[in-house]
Amino acid sequence: MMHWQAICRLDEIPLRGSRVVKREGEVDIAVFRCADDRVFALADRCPHKGGPLSQGIVSGHKVSCPLHGMQLGLEEGRALEPDEGCVGRFPVRVVDGRVELDTTPIAP
Amino acid sequence: MNKPKLVLIGNGMAGIRTLEELLALAPDHYEITVFGAEPHPNYNRIMLSPVLAGELAFDSIVLNDLSWYQRHGIDLHIGRRIVAIDRERCTVTADDGSMVSYDRLLIATGSRPVMLPLPGKDLAGVLAYRDIADTEQMIAAAACCRRAIVIGGGLLGLEAAYGLKQRGMEVDVIHLGPWLLERQLDRQAAQLLQTSLEARGIRFHIGRQTQELVDDGRGRVGAVRLRDGDSVPAELVVMAVGIRPEVELAEAAGLQCNNGIVVSDSLQTFDARIYAVGECVNHRGVGYGLVAPLFEMAKVAAKHLAGIGGASYPGSQLATRLKVSGIDLFSAGDYQGGDDCEEVILSDAGAGVYKKLVLRADKLVGVCLYGDTGDGAWYFKLMREERTLSDLRERLIFGETSLGDGGHQGQNRGAAMADSDEVCGCNGVCKGTIVKAIKEKGLFCVDDVKKHTKAASSCGSCTGLVEQILSATLGSDFQQAPKRKAMCGCTDLSHAEVRAAIRDRHLLDIPATMRELQWRSGDGCSSCRPALNYYLISTWPHEARDDPQSRFINERAHANIQKDGRFSVIPQMKGGVTTPAELRRIADVADKYRVEQVKVTGGQRIDLLGVNKEDLPAIWSELGMNSGHGYGKSLRTVKTCVGSRFCRFGTQDSTGMGIALETMLATMWSPHKVKLAVSGCPRNCAEAGIKDVGVVAVDSGWEIYVGGNGGIKTEVAQFLVKVKTGDEVLLYSAAFLQLYREEAFYLERTVHFIERVGLDYIKAQVVDDAEQRDALARRLHFALDGVPDPWRARVDDAALRQEFTPLPVGRHRTQETL
Repeated sequence: MMHWQAICRLDEIPLRGSRVVKREGEVDIAVFRCADDRVFALADRCPHKGGPLSQGIVSGHKVSCPLHGMQLGLEEGRALEPDEGCVGRFPVRVVDGRVELDTTPIAP
Repeated sequence: MNKPKLVLIGNGMAGIRTLEELLALAPDHYEITVFGAEPHPNYNRIMLSPVLAGELAFDSIVLNDLSWYQRHGIDLHIGRRIVAIDRERCTVTADDGSMVSYDRLLIATGSRPVMLPLPGKDLAGVLAYRDIADTEQMIAAAACCRRAIVIGGGLLGLEAAYGLKQRGMEVDVIHLGPWLLERQLDRQAAQLLQTSLEARGIRFHIGRQTQELVDDGRGRVGAVRLRDGDSVPAELVVMAVGIRPEVELAEAAGLQCNNGIVVSDSLQTFDARIYAVGECVNHRGVGYGLVAPLFEMAKVAAKHLAGIGGASYPGSQLATRLKVSGIDLFSAGDYQGGDDCEEVILSDAGAGVYKKLVLRADKLVGVCLYGDTGDGAWYFKLMREERTLSDLRERLIFGETSLGDGGHQGQNRGAAMADSDEVCGCNGVCKGTIVKAIKEKGLFCVDDVKKHTKAASSCGSCTGLVEQILSATLGSDFQQAPKRKAMCGCTDLSHAEVRAAIRDRHLLDIPATMRELQWRSGDGCSSCRPALNYYLISTWPHEARDDPQSRFINERAHANIQKDGRFSVIPQMKGGVTTPAELRRIADVADKYRVEQVKVTGGQRIDLLGVNKEDLPAIWSELGMNSGHGYGKSLRTVKTCVGSRFCRFGTQDSTGMGIALETMLATMWSPHKVKLAVSGCPRNCAEAGIKDVGVVAVDSGWEIYVGGNGGIKTEVAQFLVKVKTGDEVLLYSAAFLQLYREEAFYLERTVHFIERVGLDYIKAQVVDDAEQRDALARRLHFALDGVPDPWRARVDDAALRQEFTPLPVGRHRTQETL
């Protein structure tokens, strides 16, 4: 059973950018909007040294961590080769211009 | 729909590298079939010498294991030799009779060793040295035989001799030439090499020719008879007298061959469907036997195969190194010289060091180094860049370190370092880790090492060391960074070309630039987008659109991101001068927002560390101060000393001058960060000698220095000009910085910019040409005119604050309010 929560309008996330969903006591969630208007949600914590991925530069379907530049694929939540590591993903969708998030992580 | 078929003949390094490049560009373009005569997947042929010497195992030199072929859907036939190409029917036939058709054919059959037509050449125990099978036979022979002879004192021959010696054999080398490696070394260097190899127990017969290989009576080689009658006993003979391009197949198919398959600059043969790369090729009359040029060919061929035309292969310049542990030699270019050349020689036979540089018309055209090759890569770079040497000439022979450019910690001898020595201080990478990755992952260039080990990927100060380690590990097969470097993987254009296009075609935003310049990925990447953004806004101020999403977070949030994702806040404090009222506000803010640490910076400001991003706008508002830009590729600060207002030594008002400079430049973006300092007397308390622009007051005026750097490598600023008035200081500084803004590449500090274009050029623009100086300064003032302080802008404009506001989840917003 999915538990969708509306978090913002699509146009409130900058194109090729992201917004952060803050959570008490749990890892924040970075919600990305790519150039093709596809939306992805990842745990806001780089597998390398914990950097906030939401602050990285988004290009194509990937983000570059602002701390040391590790690249992560947004679809898989996985570091691009030759780096290794992966990060939690969350279900997210766009309905009528609204971004809806389920804060239950996708099983890896 | 059926995909076009691509067939590759030759499962070696050149062919497979071409496929790798092709798959990266167009992963699904072809149905690919590969035929390889050897019964192995693609392996790192240049690591055969360490395998022979017992320093490396076979398994670790495989570059593409079978799963790689599977993963890319490649139909691999190993141990299968192609015996015919039918160009009319577009098919190839293998030695088992099977036939495959192609739309495009790639020939990468490599080369075969030359076997001298000597009597006895077919005896058992007579080998070439080319592939895994040869190496295995040599290792087996070393286990049961005592004496080996290597015919040929070239690179491969000497590596074979060394490997066999390491395996415990007695080794003689017979060499027809006048000295060892006569195509790479001059006589003096070769003599040092020979002495050193003799000390390791290898015997040499120089200038002597082999007459016949003598049967031991049981069908195995027993001795080698020389032309002068002498006979040398041996149970193993390795012929290493050269390689010949493998063209039999191509020739039989009617492709034009001339000591190699003749190809154009696009690596196409005379049959437009057929490409050829690697050692089997004759390109502009030259054949190549080293890895670096093969990889350059692979890149070009892959682009054509992928249908991305335009690339062309201009040929390669080569450098040579010998892969024998403990022997350092390096040569490149025209090491012999000639009548129109000058030679610079340093020779110390006792210490085993010999260096020869050959210069023609004030440029380096040849290098031959023995014993101390740490500067080989640097000399090679000077050669390839065709740099004029007048300013370096006096100290050139002593190497890069003598120019004060020896790298981090003064370590400049990568080859001499121990495996446990740290190379990359930023990421804690030791030499051993790098060497292991080079050997086992098949790395060939600095970018490969950066990707796989992270060494040299942060501050970059160890790049030279990494180059040396690569070069010592790979020998001649090390791939130098290309002379003209593409901006990133998204384009083939260099920074200079992109900049010129933005200017000449009046490009105003990133999407238009990418379209116009045919960017490979529609979106660019995290390395080209910030560069493009800078080029656009600096070329077309007030016209081009600044794209915050193409800026690094620091420049988007106007604060410096910290290791835990929080930020730091540095308010502007012009010239390091503040007031009690400002200090009170800073203290109040620090208390109210529970700032974790308050620190005085090296740039004479105050840093508030550990601030949450969402608090930034409120903090800026309550501080009521401007941004100090302590985070951007921009003006950072102008450091000053006390100056004549209070200091008993001060000759001028350095503090006031610093404030004036900082006021003028406060909102300036630049290719990299820019730091200034103004000192009130030559005691230079503001340390102006290590700033991008350093101003030193003297009794009669001001001295201006440029290109200093107190960072990764300390660089002393160079004298630009002495002026009389403060207005002139502002004018010359503005002109110099505008020249830097307009002509430096993104992420190039002033010191590297000046190194690239030359101080003479800077002086010609800024000092000698008054009109140009005024024009530059005018363009800077135009660019900075009306640019608001970024903190104030965000305090005033709610839309700009969206960046800082986290999204609530659950309780605050419902579907209806959205």
